[in-house]
Amino acid sequence: MKNRLRPGLWIPLAFVLIWGLAVLVLRQDTLRETTFTLLMFVGLASSLNILLGYTGYVSFGHIVFFGLGGYTGFYLLSQQGWPLYIAALAGGVLSAGLAWLLGLAVLRLRGAYFALATIGINEAARAFVSNFAPFGGATGLFVNFSAYDHYGGAGPALWLAFILLWIITLIILLTSFLVKHSRFGLGLLAIREDEDAAMVMGVKAPQAKTITFAISAFFPGIIGTLYFFKNGNVEPGDAFQLHMSIEALVMVMLGGQGTVLGPLVGAITYQGLRGYLLTSPLFKSLHLAVAGLFLLLIVLFVPAGAVGWVRGRFSGLRRFLE
Amino acid sequence: MLDQLLSSLTDGLLLGFVYGLAAMGLSLIWGVMTVINLAHGPVIALGMFGTYLLFSHVGMNPYLALFLVALLGLLSGFLIYGVAVHRVIDAPHLSSLLATFAVNMILIGVGTALFTTSPHNIDYPMGSLQLGSMITIPGTRFIAALGAVAFTAGLYLFLYFSRPGKAIRAVANNRVAAELMGIPSAQVLALSFGIGTMLAAVAGGLISTFFPFTILSGGPYELKSFVICVLGGLGNPLGALLGGLILGGLEGLVPTFMPVSWVPVVEFGLFVLVLLIRPSGLLGAK
Repeated sequence: MKNRLRPGLWIPLAFVLIWGLAVLVLRQDTLRETTFTLLMFVGLASSLNILLGYTGYVSFGHIVFFGLGGYTGFYLLSQQGWPLYIAALAGGVLSAGLAWLLGLAVLRLRGAYFALATIGINEAARAFVSNFAPFGGATGLFVNFSAYDHYGGAGPALWLAFILLWIITLIILLTSFLVKHSRFGLGLLAIREDEDAAMVMGVKAPQAKTITFAISAFFPGIIGTLYFFKNGNVEPGDAFQLHMSIEALVMVMLGGQGTVLGPLVGAITYQGLRGYLLTSPLFKSLHLAVAGLFLLLIVLFVPAGAVGWVRGRFSGLRRFLE
Repeated sequence: MLDQLLSSLTDGLLLGFVYGLAAMGLSLIWGVMTVINLAHGPVIALGMFGTYLLFSHVGMNPYLALFLVALLGLLSGFLIYGVAVHRVIDAPHLSSLLATFAVNMILIGVGTALFTTSPHNIDYPMGSLQLGSMITIPGTRFIAALGAVAFTAGLYLFLYFSRPGKAIRAVANNRVAAELMGIPSAQVLALSFGIGTMLAAVAGGLISTFFPFTILSGGPYELKSFVICVLGGLGNPLGALLGGLILGGLEGLVPTFMPVSWVPVVEFGLFVLVLLIRPSGLLGAK
């Protein structure tokens, strides 16, 4: 079909594909670690964008699905001895199921009330996990080092985690594109513009929003499991960082909400910027303030984000940047 | 058992007045311009540090310093509104949420650089109050509760009996109609935002007289303020006081029945529940 050949799809896919291949060919451990972090944020931002960019609902609780899915996957992996692939998938399925249930209730709320509810969900989840005994309470869980032996020792296990994350990132970008160009996605965009009008036109808004919420929660669950598998431990403070939800939001805004390429650009730019600020002697202690200033400038003056701005400015490029 | 219950309930309720005051600021801003002020927490923390600096470096009585902190809070509210909020006031919620969050990041970033994240405290004991044979109230908490009530009463009188206060209520009710009646809505919005941050700063100052604090301490109170606002009805400043008392009471009672670490679970569980069943709040119109 024509859709599959559009440049808007293959530009981001080819970029991530070549990037991952380059890392695999070079086989450097430090390069793998930095790429892992970057791909993780690309995945988180892109999956958030499926909800935020297409339906316009702001979720401050995206990291809950990363945390809960990661916790579940890690628990199955380290305590029950499940293989990584199944555990990661289970983490994702649990996140999606939870989002489905939450969505049935919470997505009746609109706009700011929904945003507030997601903040509450984030805090409640963090408090719950640090009190829930099977998950190890405040100290969290550790993986037994011998668990890595199934994957050929610690080194190859880390590479495996990286390759899985790389594939997941590609799948997320593909999903993001497919959702945007489907009839379903068109309904979501209509909800973003005017929910009442969309419902009058026959978009089943509550259902569509719940499905979108579940899709956008599925991927963080998988990414969470991979991330904690790579780290070898998981603890509540690490898994539920409200500020990571916010950082994902900033990345989506920076790159351009509602575009496929935007979260990719935004995640890489934000991470690069943060890395620079953290290491520069001048801004080291002020990096948070400088990042905040950037966010403020974007929100006030370029609300469409980098990709959105280029699309608005140069209409000839619209075919290539989606 | 009973006296322990009574004393922890009293403790919690007194604290609840101060929580209510902080939440009132958030609720006022929401009620007037439907903006959720995510810079609320850092402003509370700045109120704490303002009081601390005036007390320890200028040697001012902390309760006297509160009035200066209130003035500074009002002015910084004008500044935040002018720089970050005014441009996005009519934009979708995402923009104002992110704009105020950016202010949050800037304040926390600068605050961390200036004060580090080590804890500070104001050592200014006020004795204690004996009620009956079993309840002892620390003087600082009692005065803080009184202060919160005084500020609430002041806000009520201002909103209902002064011209600018009436203008604020008119804009909250219907901005377009208010503009047609000749009310300068931009100034009124700035004033409401200023008063909102002022209340937050004062609440921070009151809290600093009995709890140690860091620059990050505002965060938990910001979250409590969200819970309280939802309990009392977003946009209903006086409902916020009721919500504050409920939350304070819960905080006093819950630890006698289950471990302290469950308090947030109960609080946020209640929060989500109220949002779902009655999003307009306990006092809000249906």
